[in-house]
Amino acid sequence: MTQQTGPAGTAGPARPLSQRRPFGDRSFQIITLGAGLLVLVILVLIAVSTTQQAAPWFKAEGWGIFGKTWNPPSNQFGALAFIYGTAITSAIAIIMAVPVSVGIALLLTEVVPYRWARPIVYVIDLLAVVPSVVWGLWGILVFVPWIAKIYKSIGSAVTGIPVLENLFGPPTSGASFFTAGIILAFMITPIVTSLSREVIATVPAIDKEGAYALGATRLEMIQGAVWPHSKGGIVGAVLLGLGRAMGETIAAALVIGSSAVITSHLFAPGDSMPAVIANQFPEATGTFRAALIGLGVLLFAFTIIVNVIARLIVGRAIEQGSA
Amino acid sequence: MEQPEQESVTSLQQPEPVAEPQAPPVPEPQGYAEPGSPVFDAEKVSCYYGSFRAVTDVSLSIYENEITAFIGPSGCGKTTVLRTLNRMNDLVAGARVEGDVRYRGASLYGKDVSPIAVRRNIGMVFQKPNPFPKSIYDNVAYGPRINGEHNRGKLDEIVERSLRQAALWDEVKDRLKASGLGLSGGQAQRLCIARTLAVEPDVVLMDEPCSALDPIATSAIEDLMRDIKSRYTIVIVTHNMQQATRVSDRTAFYSVLRNEESDTRTGVLVEYGRTQQIFEDPQDPRTEAYVTGQVG
Amino acid sequence: MAVTAGQQPSLREEKGWRRTKNRIATVLMVVAFVLVLIPLVLVLITVVARGAKIISWQFLTAPIPPSVAPASEGGIGPAILGTFLIVGLATVMAVPLGILGAIYLNEYGGKGVLARLIGFMADVMTGVPSIVMGLFIFSIWVLHFQFSGFAGALALGCLMLPVVIRSTDEMLKLVPNPLREGSYALGATKARVTMTVVLPAAIGGIVSGALLAIARAAGETAPLLFTILTVTTANPNPFKGPNTSIPSQIFSNATSAFTGAQDRAWGAALTLIVIAFVLMLAARIITARFTRYSR
Repeated sequence: MTQQTGPAGTAGPARPLSQRRPFGDRSFQIITLGAGLLVLVILVLIAVSTTQQAAPWFKAEGWGIFGKTWNPPSNQFGALAFIYGTAITSAIAIIMAVPVSVGIALLLTEVVPYRWARPIVYVIDLLAVVPSVVWGLWGILVFVPWIAKIYKSIGSAVTGIPVLENLFGPPTSGASFFTAGIILAFMITPIVTSLSREVIATVPAIDKEGAYALGATRLEMIQGAVWPHSKGGIVGAVLLGLGRAMGETIAAALVIGSSAVITSHLFAPGDSMPAVIANQFPEATGTFRAALIGLGVLLFAFTIIVNVIARLIVGRAIEQGSA
Repeated sequence: MEQPEQESVTSLQQPEPVAEPQAPPVPEPQGYAEPGSPVFDAEKVSCYYGSFRAVTDVSLSIYENEITAFIGPSGCGKTTVLRTLNRMNDLVAGARVEGDVRYRGASLYGKDVSPIAVRRNIGMVFQKPNPFPKSIYDNVAYGPRINGEHNRGKLDEIVERSLRQAALWDEVKDRLKASGLGLSGGQAQRLCIARTLAVEPDVVLMDEPCSALDPIATSAIEDLMRDIKSRYTIVIVTHNMQQATRVSDRTAFYSVLRNEESDTRTGVLVEYGRTQQIFEDPQDPRTEAYVTGQVG
Repeated sequence: MAVTAGQQPSLREEKGWRRTKNRIATVLMVVAFVLVLIPLVLVLITVVARGAKIISWQFLTAPIPPSVAPASEGGIGPAILGTFLIVGLATVMAVPLGILGAIYLNEYGGKGVLARLIGFMADVMTGVPSIVMGLFIFSIWVLHFQFSGFAGALALGCLMLPVVIRSTDEMLKLVPNPLREGSYALGATKARVTMTVVLPAAIGGIVSGALLAIARAAGETAPLLFTILTVTTANPNPFKGPNTSIPSQIFSNATSAFTGAQDRAWGAALTLIVIAFVLMLAARIITARFTRYSR
């Protein structure tokens, strides 16, 4: 570059126009791309490495991995009981959490004036930040002994009544499917609530105003304007809560009872996939360990599927909503 | 003895070529000695956003140390043309330029031309003031810093000089550490102008710089433009015809050309000339209709 | 309400089923909120009540005694050390990478297929159970390099990465484009625009998001089960040898029959909750004070 007397107003030349793209600029782009790709790489590695470790189990059992009997000493590793446990506890959690979460979401978006919304959101955030292990600790040392008595009275009350007896009758135990379901419900409420809020927020104000202008009560407005618009997205939010419930480990491990049985009695002790992995891993070797890791593979597959579907639904609902 | 005299005589009569030690791959822009020589030469410039042709076959020259105004109804492409002058359209996905824009003899769209380097020569002030969320000092010092200037003393000098040029120094000299976001509209825009002047560009492009400001702030900016004209070449897009008559030396009038068959619109340059002539003696009926207020 | 000629229109609230239904619905919504308030309050009260009586400087620094020891002896010092080391390492790995990944998504990738895929999979990855992350690091690292605090940090880092990417991405999106244009117009390269204008503008929200990710990671137990092999001795070297953490200790003490161990668990739980709350509070304060982009 020649002398710079300053280009303005003098005969000096302007600065040169050609310049190779600075090395720093290009390498920065590459680094950021690498960081982004890391997400994909990790997901693939998870699938590959855990499946590899679980291979001995798949080989040993074949389709027997879905068998009913889980008995490590005799080398039997059928996982059905845990799949059942995961399904039941998640279902209980969803049934309890969804109405509550959607209710709170509606409360926040339609009912409370702006000033009250902040404290309510704080409460939900506080709920979200309580670690899983603290839920588990409180669960097993405080909640379980307390609710065991309630289960007992319900259990004896329904003895003799046909269907209810099978669901809520004895054997009952404080640590059981139902208890785990309740604790899971507490834990998934924040995420279902916040996503439902996001979805409901995309309902156009004119739709709501139109309903009110016709003399609708708030409930009728919600039924007529909010619900049709957001039900798709809320389904997505529910699925995300389901994914979270399926994978929740520590709280479940402490309060589910750790008994690998398949039973309709909800107040009976049971087990779930993540819970058994957490509880039995330290002593596991060989095929036993491969089986536990295999349960992890199954869990990974289930949650990925649920999450992909959920994100697709939620993504589309929000897109359509704000279109 | 004669030789040096001869050389000095010739150097007055001919534009002095840039002396580079090695032949650069891109013909470098040449400095012109006389005011009033062309800084930009646009030749049949058409701009596309994807398949939409926003502007068609614009040809004009922008002259040194003059203020040139682009006027016209909305949608006529005047901002698009402005942004081709500093390659800001590159930032829009799918944007494409046909034709050529020569800057002091060198093509802005040549093969090896770096848009970064282009923008260091040709600065831009935007419609809505966009100060960085940094202190006033850091806003103005930003440009010099990214150009490699880190000496605190020199930066202080540059900041003061630029703020003085932008007629903002007296108002902010005691609060240079305050956030640039806390200024009023007119002050913020002058801050953005100071920021642009701090890198000592050759040209300052202004995209409706006063449209978000009140009349008093507008008047301050127009005074500023007249003050700095002697050191910079200015191109301003404005929808305010009075402003064009107040500040500019030349005016380019753009309009929208409608193609009835294909139902497309595109922007075209209708007339370009000295401001006085455009407003008092327009040659094209469309120009006349616009400047006399018959058309919006 | 139809108005018949000669009649005064009634503007009073309509009685009847519609109004009642509406009232019931509102009550139900409030009940829903109370239903979540109750367990939250119960847990917090219990943790504070049972944990506060054991918290002391000694508790926070003393070594971990055998389970049978009474509450007055020992503490959870090694666990606190372990948590700081492991979570610290995880943060150092995950936060910069997460920010860079978000920069790719927002500044370079845009609407391209790869960027949308990465963004989508990052969202999906936030739903991967933490126990799976633990098994992953076990399979790919621990089997070759043994248990260590670092392995735990890797697992926690994998958990934090998508969360940081997503929250940073949201923050970068909020930076108004005129700021970028102003920087480009001064002749900055894209990297410079990003590092000198966009990141500083978004830094409040980014830090706040990172703090929340750290709070979540600090409370995780499952991924550590398979990576640090909970021990009770302090290990200041995270790269060698098993380690422990606050949640790990809570987990192993929760099933203990000894009240001493249980009390220590409550104390540890209170410590953990305080850490999480402090981080959350800091995140809120930073968000409130440091996010202003334009006039």
